[in-house]
Amino acid sequence: MAGYVIRRFLSLIPLLFILSIVVFIIIELPPGDFLTVYIEQLKSSGVLISEEEIARLVKQYALDKPLHIRYITWIKNIILHGDFGRSFRWNRPVVELIKERVALSAVISLFSIVFVWIIGVSIGIYSAVKQYSMFDYIFTFIGFIGVSIPGFLLALLIIWFAYTKFDIYISGLFSQQFVDAPWSLAKVLDMLKRIWVPVIIIAVSGIAGNIRTMRANLLDELRKQYVTVARAKGLSETRLLIKYPIRIAVNPMISTIGWTLPAIFSGESLASIILNLPTIGPLLMQALLAQDMYLAGSLILIMGALTLVGTLISDILLAWADPRIRYGNTGGK
Amino acid sequence: MMQLFTKLARRKKEEIKDEKIFLASQWQLMWWKFKRHKLAMVSMCILAFLYIIVLFCEFIAPYDPWERFEDYKNAPPQLVRFYSKEEGFRGPFVYGMKQEMDMETFRKVFVEDESKKYAVRLFVRGSKYKLWGLFESDLHLFGSKDGPVFLFGTDELGRDLFSRVIYGARISLTIGLVGVFLSFILGTLLGGISGYFGGTIDEVIQRTIDFLVSIPTIPLWMALSAAIPQDWSVIRTYFAITIILSLVGWGGLARVVRGRLLSLREEDFILAARLTGASEWRIITRHMLPSFASHLIASITLSIPGMILGETSLSFIGLGLRPPAISWGVLLQDAQQVIAVAHYPWRLIPAFFIIVTVLSFNFLGDGLRDAADPYSR
Repeated sequence: MAGYVIRRFLSLIPLLFILSIVVFIIIELPPGDFLTVYIEQLKSSGVLISEEEIARLVKQYALDKPLHIRYITWIKNIILHGDFGRSFRWNRPVVELIKERVALSAVISLFSIVFVWIIGVSIGIYSAVKQYSMFDYIFTFIGFIGVSIPGFLLALLIIWFAYTKFDIYISGLFSQQFVDAPWSLAKVLDMLKRIWVPVIIIAVSGIAGNIRTMRANLLDELRKQYVTVARAKGLSETRLLIKYPIRIAVNPMISTIGWTLPAIFSGESLASIILNLPTIGPLLMQALLAQDMYLAGSLILIMGALTLVGTLISDILLAWADPRIRYGNTGGK
Repeated sequence: MMQLFTKLARRKKEEIKDEKIFLASQWQLMWWKFKRHKLAMVSMCILAFLYIIVLFCEFIAPYDPWERFEDYKNAPPQLVRFYSKEEGFRGPFVYGMKQEMDMETFRKVFVEDESKKYAVRLFVRGSKYKLWGLFESDLHLFGSKDGPVFLFGTDELGRDLFSRVIYGARISLTIGLVGVFLSFILGTLLGGISGYFGGTIDEVIQRTIDFLVSIPTIPLWMALSAAIPQDWSVIRTYFAITIILSLVGWGGLARVVRGRLLSLREEDFILAARLTGASEWRIITRHMLPSFASHLIASITLSIPGMILGETSLSFIGLGLRPPAISWGVLLQDAQQVIAVAHYPWRLIPAFFIIVTVLSFNFLGDGLRDAADPYSR
């Protein structure tokens, strides 16, 4: 087990390296470097920037140097100083912007992940055990719809429906008076009151996906002979279910649990944009639209790194949960 | 006695059926199994219908999608009627529209003007177009000579939404196919190389796929399409987006191909073919390819909706195709403001088409996947 964990850890290093290169390419992709864009912006808004300031920025980000030096400067700043560069649209360090939004993103995502798991898995189990019952048909149908409608469309439809039918305008996380207010108990309570709608909208497609996988996996397991044997030996139905088939059926979902890590960081991007949530997703979109590439690049770098780490965690979890993987048998038939 | 006869007859029938199964080719078996999946059949018909629309969109759309009807901005959809109060049944027609002030909200709204009736006819001559860039014509599937007909209403600039949805189908529906085609070529080629040669090449390709799969899709799509220059022509952006979509998507396909090739190599019938002296080429094309082509088709079908949604989402948030290009995502941009949607709910019509298309592809893919293995269950 320890050897396995260490091996997987080491394999992370080259992947992180490649990721940083890809992100750097993305940062460099838009035509013209960002400093010219920045100076243009300042000029159009009437602010004059001094020659020294420009020279300082050029030096800090090594803009006069060739590509590979620029890359090294960029990555060195990140690793050694935790400096992800500057957002030129907001005219602030990237780190500050991320800090502001990361907590809310995490709260929303955590809530929805709990929903996705508890509801998705339990309905999946129910559907599989009571296959072809009325509720199974209903849930399967809901599952199909949930998988097929993208989050942003669902958000749009629900907001529209709530607005026209009930005259409720779902937008943002806070009531008007709390938007710019400092944190207080009242603000938290206000948020908790309003957080459910976005959480449910964001969770729907995940729930649908989990229902489908859980149902399919469990059905496959229930047909196997060991289940019949256990039943023949007189094991109670609940015990039988929990002890073996569910443990196996949940495996493929454990292997994707790592992906929730970047999701916690970013929040569902597109749905958040529609719902006007102050999370990382909309920040990324605005950065990309404005070609604010240091901000966008940093966000993608963090998300990518979190995905890689998340995959690692899933693999370790999987190895812990499933002895067949732990003992080096990688599913050979 | 009679009973015995019917029994015998039934048995005979079953035998014939069995024989048919023994003689049927794999594709025939798949077709029989596929036909039993009713939802998949319906979905296939819906998709066929949609793609026929794509082929003839200039003909089916009554107007040029960029043509502005200055007097009809934000006009609601018109209902095609067959009965009128005065005359009873007459051919299909729509009432004309006039603008009135809503006394409660002080907004201008369109109301039906029952004094004006525009007869809707099939095969009406209208704006000129060139079908497939070859045949010049001005014939449209339907329309009215008396006044404009807007089945889905109009947008802010007075453009006919029905025509725009039809034209939008062309980009939205083909982008998935082209994207899947590209990732199919990349996937089968690299997956095939990976599975066939093994060793270092296999390792390199597999790690690349691991890496590609590990990057969150939507942010990557967003980042790459943000790099598309704003001044590119519609066609160039279209292809750039397809390439971006397929760059991310080929990894999964390559894995399927490789896994299948590896497990097929061990199968008895491949060994048998090898023993009878078939060449490598013949084994690959005659024995291996047909036995996993069906799985490939199923997984390809299932990856199309992802691409369609990718294009839609990107265009919706303004990172994909931009007007004057028309795609369903571009059309949905008008629906971003909920207040606007509340006043003009017909702006959500493209969403309905997106959902139907994606659902159909999912059902079709499900049916194909079940049918791909005719011997199961």
